[in-house]
Amino acid sequence: MDQHTAGMPQPFRSQPMPRQTVTATEWELAAVEAARGRFELFSLWATDDAVHMALRQAETGLVDILSLPLVGGRYPSVGAQHPAAQRLERAIADLHGHHADGSPDSRAWLDHGRWGIAAPLGAAAPGPELPPYAFLPVEGESLHQVAVGPVHAGIIEPGHFRFTAQGETVVRLEERLGYTHKGVDALMRGATLARGAELAGRVSGDSTVAYAWAYAQAAEAALAADVPARGRYLRAIMAELERLANHLGDIGAICNDAAFAMMLAQCGVLREEVLRCADAAFGHRFMRDRVVPGGVTHDLDARAIGLIAALTRRLRALFPAIIGLYDNTASLLARTVGTGTLAPDLARRFAAGGHVGRASGRDFDTRRDLAYAPYDDLTFKVPARGDGDVNARIWIRIREVEQSLALIEQCLARLPEGPIFAAPALAGEAREGLGLVESFRGDVLVWLALAADGTITRCHLRDPSWFQWPLLEAVIEGNIIADFPLCNKSFNCSYSGHDL
Amino acid sequence: MRKFLLDGLLRRPLTEAAPTDPEIEALALATGQAARRRLGRSLSIRQVDAGSCNGCELEIQALGNAFYDLERFGLHFVASPRHADVLLVTGPVTKNMAEALRRTYAATPDPKWVVAVGDCGRDGGCFAGSYAATGGVSAVVPVDLVIPGCPPSPKALLTGLLALLDAAGGKA
Ligand code: SF4
Repeated sequence: MDQHTAGMPQPFRSQPMPRQTVTATEWELAAVEAARGRFELFSLWATDDAVHMALRQAETGLVDILSLPLVGGRYPSVGAQHPAAQRLERAIADLHGHHADGSPDSRAWLDHGRWGIAAPLGAAAPGPELPPYAFLPVEGESLHQVAVGPVHAGIIEPGHFRFTAQGETVVRLEERLGYTHKGVDALMRGATLARGAELAGRVSGDSTVAYAWAYAQAAEAALAADVPARGRYLRAIMAELERLANHLGDIGAICNDAAFAMMLAQCGVLREEVLRCADAAFGHRFMRDRVVPGGVTHDLDARAIGLIAALTRRLRALFPAIIGLYDNTASLLARTVGTGTLAPDLARRFAAGGHVGRASGRDFDTRRDLAYAPYDDLTFKVPARGDGDVNARIWIRIREVEQSLALIEQCLARLPEGPIFAAPALAGEAREGLGLVESFRGDVLVWLALAADGTITRCHLRDPSWFQWPLLEAVIEGNIIADFPLCNKSFNCSYSGHDL
Repeated sequence: MRKFLLDGLLRRPLTEAAPTDPEIEALALATGQAARRRLGRSLSIRQVDAGSCNGCELEIQALGNAFYDLERFGLHFVASPRHADVLLVTGPVTKNMAEALRRTYAATPDPKWVVAVGDCGRDGGCFAGSYAATGGVSAVVPVDLVIPGCPPSPKALLTGLLALLDAAGGKA
């Protein structure tokens, strides 16, 4: 590991991911160092008798997994030192029943007391009735509260937002999530690789390609399986089409939340063209179930390649005018500039991925910084800036649209000949692998443990939203309630990806 | 902005695809007749995400883009169930959302129709059997129509809404 060179794929990209078993003292030290910024917390999850922490060293960029065996179902809280871990710990308590000693927040998170059982991945026995959710107390003069959700006015996912406001200004926002919890982790246990791929692709529908790819990476690394070169390139084409569709849709939707409907109309058309092209080329508008362990299920013929090439030409022709429209509409910029500013320090401490991090100075992209094929062979820029407001997040997305177009063009130009799939051979022993893929929203992490027969022992899927949702709470403070939809859309966290 | 308005007037460069799509035009005609006969000139839809993966939402949102332009069918989305004729429900209905769905249904005035969207809405789809899911919309509220798919395409959604209008005559 010490000989690792920056820019080269790390060992976990092609082989099973080792875990380092640590003592409770080392575990706590890691938590302290994560809080200090020496490590970035990439995820925190549990198995039956241990908790696991994925960390990336700030200095070397290397990713490691630390494991701590539980003692009597307990472990020292990471969240006590490092706030980014708190919700993950609450989820571990809900799903497994493992207790984080010293945790500053022991309220249930995903468990709303409606499952009929407690600790579905643990004892899975009828649990005690949960008390009504206790929102944090807010004290002060002339404050009022506004409760929104879980059913919202628009066509969006369910969640609850509790605003405390003074006049129009938000003093505090508290989120309550978990409404879309579907029990993915439990469904994964004992599932075949194929069934696991189906589930992974339905964790967050907007990122179905990224999830299926991260899952496939984890499986392929665990089994040390190779993916044919053409399959890798086809994955990247799909992933960039997915990024295009999401960014285009969101750029329009953010502006629509600033009451500027024309951007939504223009961007909505381009988004639809991307989806129709994906449908024509890969047989599904979202390219769902197209990425599987071992490769992809759909090849591109000359006609399909022509369609995608035509799409990139068309977007290159039409997109600049839309950027101009955004950039030259003063009334729109008046809403987006200086609104919902995320401080770089917070983005760094939460290791916020995607446009949320990159608009606030966290210059990180798994495609470049934890390189995986075929991106290690492709040329692209990772746009980043430091102003961190709604406007900055829009510009990051605009620039990423341009980069995705360039990436698709490169992939088409270099598309290798040959097979698109090679069934991974079973290892005949228990194996573990890690996958990390850059979705349009940020890094999706999948940790997969396979039994000797190839079925899934445990699959942990961590959406980028875990580290973005808490920041949204911070960002809205001091803004007016009316700007919340704008801030929220500029983040566009996934509810389903987070709730699992 | 001025340039966009002029372009729109002179060249209609972006929206021309929509009206030339014969399938959608046929749908528009048929929906128009059926909706007018039974519900006057419009049909109000309240969308409820009961734990979807958000894929179904994306396609429902797409109904508003210039290609499908939902409003010209006399269909529009409303912000409150109290203004709705139709509940368009997605997801396997997670247990954490079941009560919210029940309450939304109760708040919707009669006559009302419930459309279960997607394979999840139909029977829980790929999440059927989970401790956290009820197993589809009909497990929680009565369902008038299922539009399967994962997710159903915008065209499938439009076709489904049309079928609902044809079948719902007796209720209105
Ligand atoms: S039917 Fe498919 S797209 Fe719709 S919510 Fe279920 S998994 Fe997602």
